[in-house]
Amino acid sequence: MKARFLYAVLVIALALSVSACGNKEAAKEETAAPAAVASAPIDPATAGSITGTVKLDGPAPKAQRIRMDAEPTCAKTHTTPVMSEEYVVGDKGGLGNVVVYVKDGLGNRAFSTPTDAVVLDQNGCIYVPHVIAVMVNQPVEIVNSDPTTHNVHPVPANNKEWNKSQPPKAEKIVETFAREEIAILVKCNVHPWMKSYIAVLKHPYFKVTGKDGAFEIKNLPPGEYTLVAWHGVLGPSAEQKVTIGAKESKAIEFTFKP
Amino acid sequence: MNSPNNSGLHKFAVFTACWTLFLLVAGALVTSNDAGLAVPDWPLSYGSLTPPMVGGIFYEHGHRMVATVAGILTIILAVWISRRETRAWMRRLGWAALGAVIAQGILGGITVKFFLPPWVSVAHAALAQAFFCSIVAIAVFTSKWWQSDVTVVRYSAHPPVRQRAIWAAIVIFVQLLLGAAYRHHAFGILPHLIGAFIVPFFVLSAVGSASARAFDAAAGLVRCGTMLKHVLYMQLALGGAALWSRLATQHAPQPMPVMIFFTVAHTAVGALTLALSVLLVLVSFRVLGPMQPGEVTASHSQMAGQEGGAS
Repeated sequence: MKARFLYAVLVIALALSVSACGNKEAAKEETAAPAAVASAPIDPATAGSITGTVKLDGPAPKAQRIRMDAEPTCAKTHTTPVMSEEYVVGDKGGLGNVVVYVKDGLGNRAFSTPTDAVVLDQNGCIYVPHVIAVMVNQPVEIVNSDPTTHNVHPVPANNKEWNKSQPPKAEKIVETFAREEIAILVKCNVHPWMKSYIAVLKHPYFKVTGKDGAFEIKNLPPGEYTLVAWHGVLGPSAEQKVTIGAKESKAIEFTFKP
Repeated sequence: MNSPNNSGLHKFAVFTACWTLFLLVAGALVTSNDAGLAVPDWPLSYGSLTPPMVGGIFYEHGHRMVATVAGILTIILAVWISRRETRAWMRRLGWAALGAVIAQGILGGITVKFFLPPWVSVAHAALAQAFFCSIVAIAVFTSKWWQSDVTVVRYSAHPPVRQRAIWAAIVIFVQLLLGAAYRHHAFGILPHLIGAFIVPFFVLSAVGSASARAFDAAAGLVRCGTMLKHVLYMQLALGGAALWSRLATQHAPQPMPVMIFFTVAHTAVGALTLALSVLLVLVSFRVLGPMQPGEVTASHSQMAGQEGGAS
């Protein structure tokens, strides 16, 4: 009898520990490394830029219809069929939702972290926009504009994983990511079709393309740079090296094959 | 075998086994709908016992509710067994089943709190199968048939039915583990696919042995083997369908109904396959016995005429 009592106490203690656990782990990891001190500002008299387009070489895979039958509240917010956003292709073959960024060439230069947040909205049970890019420790503000509950669940490889519920009209969720990662998948497990990507970079030289596939990365000091384009399904492109002189602008093109 | 027969206890055990299979289906639906983390908190759901049952919350919270009922049923079963059973090993089995379902609850909490660590999820799936088998075993041990004077067929240990039945159960369990490891991203599908070719060899070997003419008098053994064989064939077909559906919908923006159906069916029938293999083991130990000292190699007619007490 005594053994069974002790056994029951042990089980209850273990259950209580588990229910309190996880939160402590999150608290430990929230103390990320302090932001690096910014290097001297870029001289606008010599800064140049890299422009270009990202194109899809070939027909895009047929967009798949998203079925929101499991959540009538979501379905009601749309009057036309909702299609997946994996391939957003413009009339001239431009590919949208691509993160173009400087992979190499900035040396040990550090950059100040922007304080303005990048907003990720849950609207019509879709993440808007589908892809965002932020700097390390820059705030990401997640808003629920829907009349239904979502959970926001980033699945990073290099950053802290978390999972938070967000009922309708709840306070916005503000989070940062402490390490560079291209890119973090964000899911809603309540609505499994909802996916977005957050690219986290150490510097401000990046751009997410629109439907026309166009990008411009401005305010670059003269030098040789390596650029990469990243797509959520197609992954990273081949690297491209570009050398720009003082006040020079050069154009490059990235091409993905579906 | 002298515990007074309690048909009420047996029926309750059967009901608990059926509910546990329902719980396994509910758990498989959670995984197939990618809803494992639809409820970020535990043990409450969105701070409540009654969260909005929409989307993935329906599957995850639903699974928790079905599990809660399974826990309550197991508590009742364990207490009932402890009060009515004179067989000490049955009382221990009842408490062991209760311990298993409590451990399952804790493992479920760990998967939520730590964002589905693959090996914890695999352990959760494996313990679910083991728990189901323990309840099935309790149902068998509390049955009138098990506690009656069953005809024991004496044989010369060839074919080695018991050993083959045990190996079949072990191999099926390992195959279930490999499937769970694939489902929960611990590793790829190849080990599970290879296992699909190995399992039939062991199962059909066990079933073939149980169907030997020498065991015609052991009707329960043959029936059990036949059921296991047919369920195995169904499971292999469902495995093929599940794989096809997964490949056919791999580019879909969400888990598709056809993939969910075949994967959940494959998981549920997998549990049934394991339970039947365990049943074959139990029945083979119940109705088969070793030759008595001095007996010659048994013939069919000798075995048909023998009757004996419980083994």
